[in-house]
Amino acid sequence: MKKETLIWTIILIFGAALLAINAATRHAGQVHVQSEPHDHFYVADELELPWGGEVLVARSATAPGTYVHPSGETMTLPPRSDGEVVELVWKDTTVRAKWRKVWKPVEEREEGDIALPQEDDSPDRKTWTTYNQVTYKEYVEATRAAGPDARTYSFSWTRTVGLWVGALFTLAIFSFLYRDNPFYKFAESVVVGVSAGYWMVVSFWDVLVPNLLGKLWPGMVKSWAMPGLDGETEWLYLVPLILGIMLVWRLAPKGAWISRWPLAFIIGTTAGMRMVGFIHADFLSQIKNSVKPIYFPVDSTSNAIYNKAGEIIAMPDSYLTIWSSLGNIIIIVGVLASLVYFFFSIEHKGIVGKTAKLGIWFLMVTFGAAFGYTVMGRIALLAIRVEFLVDDWLWLIDPLHRHAIGGG
Amino acid sequence: MFEFFKNLDRRWVFLMMGFAVIVPILVQVKFTETPTNLARAVFNEFEKLEPGDKVLLSFDYDPASQGELQPMATLFVRHACEKKLKLYFMALWPLGPQMIDDTVRNVILEEYNEREGVTPLVYGEDYVNLGFKSGAEGVIKVVVTNMRQLYTTDSRGTAIDDIPMMDGVKNIRQMDLMANVSAGGGGTKEWVQYAVTPYPDDITLVAGCTGVQAPLLYPYIPQQLPGLLGAIKGAAEYEALVNEKYNPPVPDDPKEAAKWQTRYERYTEGVRRMSPQLFGHLLIILLIVAANVIYFVEKKREGSS
Repeated sequence: MKKETLIWTIILIFGAALLAINAATRHAGQVHVQSEPHDHFYVADELELPWGGEVLVARSATAPGTYVHPSGETMTLPPRSDGEVVELVWKDTTVRAKWRKVWKPVEEREEGDIALPQEDDSPDRKTWTTYNQVTYKEYVEATRAAGPDARTYSFSWTRTVGLWVGALFTLAIFSFLYRDNPFYKFAESVVVGVSAGYWMVVSFWDVLVPNLLGKLWPGMVKSWAMPGLDGETEWLYLVPLILGIMLVWRLAPKGAWISRWPLAFIIGTTAGMRMVGFIHADFLSQIKNSVKPIYFPVDSTSNAIYNKAGEIIAMPDSYLTIWSSLGNIIIIVGVLASLVYFFFSIEHKGIVGKTAKLGIWFLMVTFGAAFGYTVMGRIALLAIRVEFLVDDWLWLIDPLHRHAIGGG
Repeated sequence: MFEFFKNLDRRWVFLMMGFAVIVPILVQVKFTETPTNLARAVFNEFEKLEPGDKVLLSFDYDPASQGELQPMATLFVRHACEKKLKLYFMALWPLGPQMIDDTVRNVILEEYNEREGVTPLVYGEDYVNLGFKSGAEGVIKVVVTNMRQLYTTDSRGTAIDDIPMMDGVKNIRQMDLMANVSAGGGGTKEWVQYAVTPYPDDITLVAGCTGVQAPLLYPYIPQQLPGLLGAIKGAAEYEALVNEKYNPPVPDDPKEAAKWQTRYERYTEGVRRMSPQLFGHLLIILLIVAANVIYFVEKKREGSS
């Protein structure tokens, strides 16, 4: 065995032993949950009547038949058809209304509600359990108190495994800083694969289903995937469907050129949209933003921050006049000097050369600021991973008092 | 020694940076933040609003930038809750809805709704998650004119028409304020280009962004972007302002003080993350100075030989 391999093996074994001791003695890296049972029963059907936003609640025990309008006239209601839009005829006018099922928690059951279905598989009763993550402190306090709630607290294997996988993957990614290695490669591949899969699923359910399939076949999508979806078929959406099919045609062994047409459409519309955006927001607006007064007097009342009621909620800084004026001068000088640097039709000599040099300084300061911000960003990313490791996983710190037991 | 530093293995730099970040986190050092005008501007835009005003929160980021952006997202939601605003969440990034759910759970469900004497916020009446739509600038261009053309349901699949707080909401120009948390393309820049610039009188935008983006967004300040929180520093400054105004005083009783800490320490993520920043930046400065010294010493040696 190589010396280096031996050293790393010892470090890994030592680290694993410390982890095991930490987990066994301090319960570090464990996740606990509280289960919350939900029991809802079907209580009524609601028909949203189109006049005056009135809602007619029709108990399932008493099937809707007639409805007395506030004007005193009666009308016949169609039979309940859950979730479906029905047409009502009222004084020679056909209006649309929607039936909707109403569910209620069992604990809120009142006298007069329909009998509670006792069968587990009854379509009129829904039961499920949600698991909310609790801190170790809450878990210990609840189980020590041994109250009726104690049994709802438990150790969660799945979430604990998830936490450990997250921590070990973080370390695997960090290991690249030493050298490329199989742990890093494995973690990287998993991240790439999971991200791609996640993006695909989210895009399918959040975009393709409601915005394409839901527009073309609303009834089918409503019954299959999105009960809340309403609307009528919009045939115009056949165009994006056809373009989409043409786009994936490039995967076919023949006729890959077909995908160039929708691609050309995408590039054309994106370029057009972006061009307008850039000209308006960046080019023209930036010219406007660069035209600034060199002396910018700040009046404490006219520059105060007011709320809608006209009350002052913040006063301007007393030095604002000086700093605003100075800031404006720097912006004007910086813009002009940087523009001169990029003006190559005149040789950079004399006053032009000096201004161009000043422009370089401004550019360098900008690059420096950008680099500083980038460093800040990267350190923040490292900090949150370290916090995750030492707080959530190892419990070496406890800024939110989640792990400590007792008074604090 | 000179040769050692001249040919310093990059892994020593990584190790030093690791220590510079880990040690302040373990010791839990915190520094006081003095808010700058940009953070104050963001704070004031929220403060101007009245209870019941509508605020659109677009969470255009994912876990990769959570370290920088989550403190801002948390504080935007907290500030909106404290002001009793109506919160409309949306996302231009596929993982945005997950970030929204996490923030809602952390701020609204686990903290705000648990307070004594506070009317709990109800989904659909006080806040709604409209979810993710792909297309970035395409989405923005649609929602500034007709939101319902794109958003037929919320992220839970409930029809938009069945959500009480969506009554009468046709487009985002009806919002009293827009707050964007942005990690990159399909974010603040696009909101400025396609929402604020065409409708400067209707849409007021404040943003929190990653450090990489911040220098690119400065030109929009203040006309197109009244307030900007740049990276974790901006988040920490905004935290200082919000916490100063809305945190109740720490109770004297140790048990109550511990509860207070559990409740309100969640709003100090930005400040907590500034101490590793300080030591990390000091290390970078030290390394830049050392590298320059080595460069000039070597140049001098070459010149003399």
